Amino acid sequence: MAATDTIQAPVDDQPPSAVVRLGSARGGWFRQVGWRHIIGLLALAFSLFPILFVVSAALNPLGTLSSSDLVPSGASLENFRKLFADTSFPIWFLNSMIIGLLAAALSMFVSACAAFAFSRFRFKGRRAGLLGILLVQMFPQFLLIVALYIMFAYVSDLWPAVGFNTRTGLLLLYLGGALGTNTWLMKGFFDTIPKDLDESAKVDGATHAQVFFGLILPLVTPILAVTGLLGFISAVNEFLIASIFLTDDSAKTAAVGLYGLVSEERNNNFGVFAAGALVLAVPTVALFQFLQRYIVGGLTAGAVKG
Amino acid sequence: MARTDVPVRTTTPPKPRLGLGADGTASPLGLIIKIGVLGVVAAIAVWAAFPLIATGNWIGLIILVAVSALIFYVYLSPRVIPAKYLIPGTLFLIVFQVLPVLFTLSTAFTNFGDGHRGSKDEAIAAVEGASVQQVPGSTVYTLTLATDGDPATGDIVFLLTDPATKAAFVGTADGLEPLANAQQSADGKVTSAGGYEVLDIGQISARSADIVEFSVPTAKGAIKNQGLSRAFEGTPQQAYNNDCDCITDRTTGQTWTANGDDGVFVDGQGQALAQGWKVNVGFRNFAEVVTNPVIRASFLKILLWNIGFALGVVLITFGLGLLVALVLNKPELRGQRLYRSLIILPYAMPAVAMMLVWRDMFNTDFGLINRLFGLHVNWFGSAPSSMFAILLVQLWLGYNYMFLVSTGALQAIPADLTEAAQVDGARPFHAFRTITFPLLLVALAPLLISSFAFNFNNFTAIYLVSEGAPFPPDNPQAGATDILITYTYRLAFGGAGAQYGFAAAISVFIFLIVATISVVSFRRTHALEEIN
Repeated sequence: MAATDTIQAPVDDQPPSAVVRLGSARGGWFRQVGWRHIIGLLALAFSLFPILFVVSAALNPLGTLSSSDLVPSGASLENFRKLFADTSFPIWFLNSMIIGLLAAALSMFVSACAAFAFSRFRFKGRRAGLLGILLVQMFPQFLLIVALYIMFAYVSDLWPAVGFNTRTGLLLLYLGGALGTNTWLMKGFFDTIPKDLDESAKVDGATHAQVFFGLILPLVTPILAVTGLLGFISAVNEFLIASIFLTDDSAKTAAVGLYGLVSEERNNNFGVFAAGALVLAVPTVALFQFLQRYIVGGLTAGAVKG
Repeated sequence: MARTDVPVRTTTPPKPRLGLGADGTASPLGLIIKIGVLGVVAAIAVWAAFPLIATGNWIGLIILVAVSALIFYVYLSPRVIPAKYLIPGTLFLIVFQVLPVLFTLSTAFTNFGDGHRGSKDEAIAAVEGASVQQVPGSTVYTLTLATDGDPATGDIVFLLTDPATKAAFVGTADGLEPLANAQQSADGKVTSAGGYEVLDIGQISARSADIVEFSVPTAKGAIKNQGLSRAFEGTPQQAYNNDCDCITDRTTGQTWTANGDDGVFVDGQGQALAQGWKVNVGFRNFAEVVTNPVIRASFLKILLWNIGFALGVVLITFGLGLLVALVLNKPELRGQRLYRSLIILPYAMPAVAMMLVWRDMFNTDFGLINRLFGLHVNWFGSAPSSMFAILLVQLWLGYNYMFLVSTGALQAIPADLTEAAQVDGARPFHAFRTITFPLLLVALAPLLISSFAFNFNNFTAIYLVSEGAPFPPDNPQAGATDILITYTYRLAFGGAGAQYGFAAAISVFIFLIVATISVVSFRRTHALEEIN
């Protein structure tokens, strides 16, 4: 023993067990998890402080921009009362919800149909169609506004029911972009579902419609949820076309109406404007919470090759 | 058993070539839905046809009938299955995207805009109409506006009184006739007349377009109304002459000759009348960008910032989003779900409203940011601070989306890959750089490219935050934070009047730039491989 002691090279007197001590708790919590909390909290602060500012401005009884701080200086619902009593906000909000929900649902269905065709069938013009969708989508939508405006001026003369200042007209216009936005994303997701499923269903005598509605659609719920949510958000937030097409106060969407509140008198109306922004955020946030379990998977699935 | 060797000969009825159940719509529910939808299509087609017939738009009617027939054929035929799924989206795409794109392209080759809206005849009518002056020595009548028949649809007539003689006349599109049975007020104004409906102010405003167009032809010119209660006989001061294809002023004798290349009437000094007409100008709008010194100087600078802005937004949002996703992608982390749902809150807030909130937070006098840090920075007063503010707003609006998609892509990467790397002794960062990150890029490249294309034309990001400010004193048209699309907007719809043709040409430029960048990068990421 002593002999071996003298032979052994004088190393640090750490016990040899230290070498194989994996995942010890000593100082490990911070190295493993703690620092992540710090970065997470920083990201959280960055995300939340403007929202906090909006909340406190909405509750601020003075209702001006210069008196709004991060921490509410008082709590009153005066701005909300003004919003619902003195402006047409309830109508704007209703318009936004109707257009947003219908645009989301219809464009989701339309692009799901197209994605099914591109994913499951081989036909003449398939490649050209996919490329064409990609190209058309890149043409700046806003600069079509001149062409769209002139087209709709004519449509308004012939069919006032779908012309300027109508919900239906704007909705149809939004559906024009339905194929371009989501078909690629959905097609990628559809491609991940094995074709053997459809084949075996067809062998059992299912028609193509039964395969689509009964088999495929239930399997792609995540991507449907995501495209629906994205469609809703973009329709509610669409500002440019709506601001040019909707000039009557009663036809405006919430985005256009709220812009009108702060475009001139920005300092005085700020509290009412902030209250409106909060109310408008409620349905989207609710949808988000409701669809949360699909969102993360759905957003990327189209891009990830299965 | 014995039966099996007897060949059973069932005669299956031949499959129908066309019909409700022909494509194998077997279930009664499916049939009911199909009948219902086709019924709605038929109803909409009939509803849409009436105005087309009423206005005699036969081309439109033919298209409408053809489209309806196509829809019925596709859904009743047993073949063309892909078309059944593509028709709804394709119809919308053609009407609201492809047609406007084509219309924009054709507009880019014209001088369409203020002063060049209509045909040459319309321009002549406008020039002559604008120069109408009273015939010397003619009567100024007291006017009552009325219609022959229903106030909303009947023909406009002028009920006129000569103030000197109190004699009443009726002026129609055919000319002037004495009016027999008129009730007149003390000053001679006609208050009612048999067979004519006198219009009240609401009815007048509803018919204002017709009233502006209406005139009573006379020997020397025409009787036009001047406001709502006077009318006079006038002749156009400037008249078009077919022989010289020019417009001549009766009193000064000045002539403006038609110039078909520019769609204007020009006099000898090169001065043009304000009213022109729409002509094709070929590639002139496109050449303007290269040759017009004001536009050329700004164009390059704006293009550079445009690319910088789009790239910058993609890089910073993806960078921060990926960083936070990596940090929080740890199963042992408590409160992961809470972090996620709170970090993506900005994504759920209405973007238009939040951009305006940010704009006001950067406000010099009242803004939260200056008050919080005790600064007095004019954020949109200098190019760097204005750019910084815009990018910060976009970072806030966009990083949470990138955080979401990065989280999704990270979870899709098999854990055993990174574990294997660790077993082989790779350091965590090395493993990330060589395995995780490339896989992530492959998965997210299409999204990053779409994000770039979207931000390249992100009109609201600039317009609602800085409006392109600050503007250099030597060129107030092109702001330091303008991107192509906001610059175009100002050139086309700004103070100098609408120039739709020029705006359309710039939008074609923008399209070419974005399409080139996108196609090249898509090719490089092999996203298009799947098509083949």
